[in-house]
Amino acid sequence: MSVEIKNLSHTYSEGSPFEFKALKDINLTIEDGSFIGIIGHTGSGKSTLIQHLNGLLTPTSGTVLVDGKDIFETKKTELIQLRHQIGLVFQYPEHQLFEETVQKDVAFGPRNQGLTEDEIDQRVRQSIKMVGLDFDAIKDKSPFELSGGQMRRVAIAGVLAMEPAVLILDEPTAGLDPRGREEILAQIKSLHRQKQITVILVSHSMEDIGKMVDKILVMNEGEVVFYDTPNRVFTEISTLERIGLAVPEVTYLMRRLKDKYPEIREDIFTVEAAKKEILKVIRG
Amino acid sequence: MIMDSKKRMIDVQDVYFKYPHNNENESVVALDGVSLHIEKGEFVGIIGHNGSGKSTLSKLLNAIIFPTQGDVIVSGLNTKDHESLWTIRQTAGMVFQNPDNQLVATIVEEDVAFGPENLGVPPQEIRERVDRALAVVEMQAYAHQKPHQLSGGQKQRIAIAGILAMEPECIIFDEPTAMLDPSGRREVMETIKRLNRDKEMTVIHITHFMEEIVDADRIIVLDKGKVVMEGEPRTIFKQVKRLKEIGLDVPQMTELAYELRSAGLEIADDVLSIEEMVDVLCQ
Amino acid sequence: MLKDVTIGQYYPTGSVIHKLDPRTKILFTTAFVVMLFFLNNLWGYLATFLILATITLLSKIPMGYIIRGIKGLVLIIMLTVVLNLFMTPGTVVATLGPLTVTLEGLKVATYMALRLIFLVVGTSIMTLTTSPIDLTDGMEWCMRYIPFVRRYAHELAMMMSIALRFIPTLMEETERIMKAQKARGANFETGNIISRAKNLIPILIPLFISAFRRADELATAMEARCYRGGENRTRMKQLAFEFRDGASLVLMFLMIVGLYLTTWIQIPLLFPV
Repeated sequence: MSVEIKNLSHTYSEGSPFEFKALKDINLTIEDGSFIGIIGHTGSGKSTLIQHLNGLLTPTSGTVLVDGKDIFETKKTELIQLRHQIGLVFQYPEHQLFEETVQKDVAFGPRNQGLTEDEIDQRVRQSIKMVGLDFDAIKDKSPFELSGGQMRRVAIAGVLAMEPAVLILDEPTAGLDPRGREEILAQIKSLHRQKQITVILVSHSMEDIGKMVDKILVMNEGEVVFYDTPNRVFTEISTLERIGLAVPEVTYLMRRLKDKYPEIREDIFTVEAAKKEILKVIRG
Repeated sequence: MIMDSKKRMIDVQDVYFKYPHNNENESVVALDGVSLHIEKGEFVGIIGHNGSGKSTLSKLLNAIIFPTQGDVIVSGLNTKDHESLWTIRQTAGMVFQNPDNQLVATIVEEDVAFGPENLGVPPQEIRERVDRALAVVEMQAYAHQKPHQLSGGQKQRIAIAGILAMEPECIIFDEPTAMLDPSGRREVMETIKRLNRDKEMTVIHITHFMEEIVDADRIIVLDKGKVVMEGEPRTIFKQVKRLKEIGLDVPQMTELAYELRSAGLEIADDVLSIEEMVDVLCQ
Repeated sequence: MLKDVTIGQYYPTGSVIHKLDPRTKILFTTAFVVMLFFLNNLWGYLATFLILATITLLSKIPMGYIIRGIKGLVLIIMLTVVLNLFMTPGTVVATLGPLTVTLEGLKVATYMALRLIFLVVGTSIMTLTTSPIDLTDGMEWCMRYIPFVRRYAHELAMMMSIALRFIPTLMEETERIMKAQKARGANFETGNIISRAKNLIPILIPLFISAFRRADELATAMEARCYRGGENRTRMKQLAFEFRDGASLVLMFLMIVGLYLTTWIQIPLLFPV
């Protein structure tokens, strides 16, 4: 599913003293099957942007086209259908859990889609497995007796069970410990590979995003600053710093090493790539 | 022994802690024989993955919970001694993870005043303490704002001011940056480091973010309720493999140095910062 | 929707009414409300209207803002008017099918409607001109002089202030949970009343759980900050009566006497005495 954002603007509390322009004339296309990272500090408009993609927020002007179709021109029932296609995992998604058992909670989405019991059961099993949990061990547990990391995964499974064609995740690793962060990111990555779905990942961590995505969307004060491949975005250190974003330490290191090794590449943002590049220039 | 612990800020002596409740009626051992000490003026980082017992430890230090076995001595006072409960909580202040759930009042300065008000400090002095504390965290301009209008980092700084106004000797930070964005994290870390450096405040900082504690005086690593490593950041972080095994990260530069060494490059294994790495590679 | 509620909101303008001690305003409002129920003819309501209008003008709060507060109560006022209009026995002045309107009904309905409106406007002027924290402090002070309530004065005031602190937080949370469930295909917009009520479960349960978690964490944080109830507690801000408070209390006394005197007026205004 491709998503096209056209002249999208959103103003909160328009006309009141609290008026706030959260998005200013955004134009961009997210290709089918791509993996996009969105980065920007709090208040840059990234949360507002993703809530337009499944019609939770209505634009002040401009629109969003999903597979060429204007989602704000459609009927309410069609919009609800569309939400099934575009899965949105909010920040701290474990705060939306409400059912008595994990199985019932994950089934909430597919049930709203009006699937048969067999289909629902199938999807619940699959999605719980997809987030790396043991279905039989966990299905009858209350979601509230799980650990923080497990709750997070159950909540993500609840959205996956709807089998969306586009999956949007708003800081899925916030508040987790290093191992929890790594596990969730690895699962998102393999999900993207296996299911060939479009993934949009909002994150504060340049390191995490750099490793995974095809393209990074950098936002600041409601505008698009960059929308390009990680290699290109990470070479714009001064612009990123100006808008309050820090690039990974290794990227800084490469720039510092340039004095001694002029041939060293600067578009490096993972430890792995840095290691290769340093070995290459040192060993000649 | 007693004299010794009086000089110390905190002394944790062979502490066990069990949480009684669990579905199968088993008790969960959160701390399994922990001994450690914190000297006055130190900046100590405590790391460990979720469930390693670090939150339990922090609550023990502040006398919110009490050891099942063993003793926690804060500034010479045993937390088990109910007489000294309030003195201990005043001496060892605590800042929690969620910035929203520790602010009590509807106005920033009223919230900062909450602690000293509880201690029965005279009104005029509370006023002075509140102004001083807000100045330390650089939030004077927000004194009359409502907490819910502030950013996460600002809320945490107000929470810190609220503790400072109680004039503690030591502050325990229980993952204060876990829910913040990078700029909020930076604000809070700068404040914490300044407190330690300029105000000689003893700081115990619990975190998942390794780069926050690279310049701590000492790091304590907890795993499964036990202290598994303890020492200077340099000696801790160079044990990359071991840290990864217990589910922890290392700073990027340390990891890079480790990777380069494993690839056969002859460099030091205790590199912590970009600066050091540049030096090492440009010799 | 939730944002339109004006009752209990503070509207700072820095007027003389805002500067009054909260205790003065609480006493004044209490006296005002009590007096409302003694009025027995339109002269009294006319006087009350003048008093309210003067205070409103002095407070510099826009009229529109105050009227918005009444809007929320239109339904209750209508209901009261309709019930009183048709249910009061007496001299019939009009018939509408099986329903009859009596002169007495007309009178009672008018009085009730005015009483309710004045009650809402009077109390909302108090909350609009007093910051929540001052209001709580004032109430805590006043409660200390009420027998039985006295022992709980501090606790009640603390509860009120915490509620005020967390209302915006929980409202944001409600909105977030609602959106998250909508993203999972929940439908809050269509269906009959029963299915709509059922659809609220996925919002209410997470909201309650979150509120309890917050309460638990807040309690721990308060304990860690040496909170142990009202005993030996001091306050940074001390309430202080000033000249204008004394003057207001004199005016309050005059208001009580004045309004009481209107009940003796024998000249009919619109309705017979």
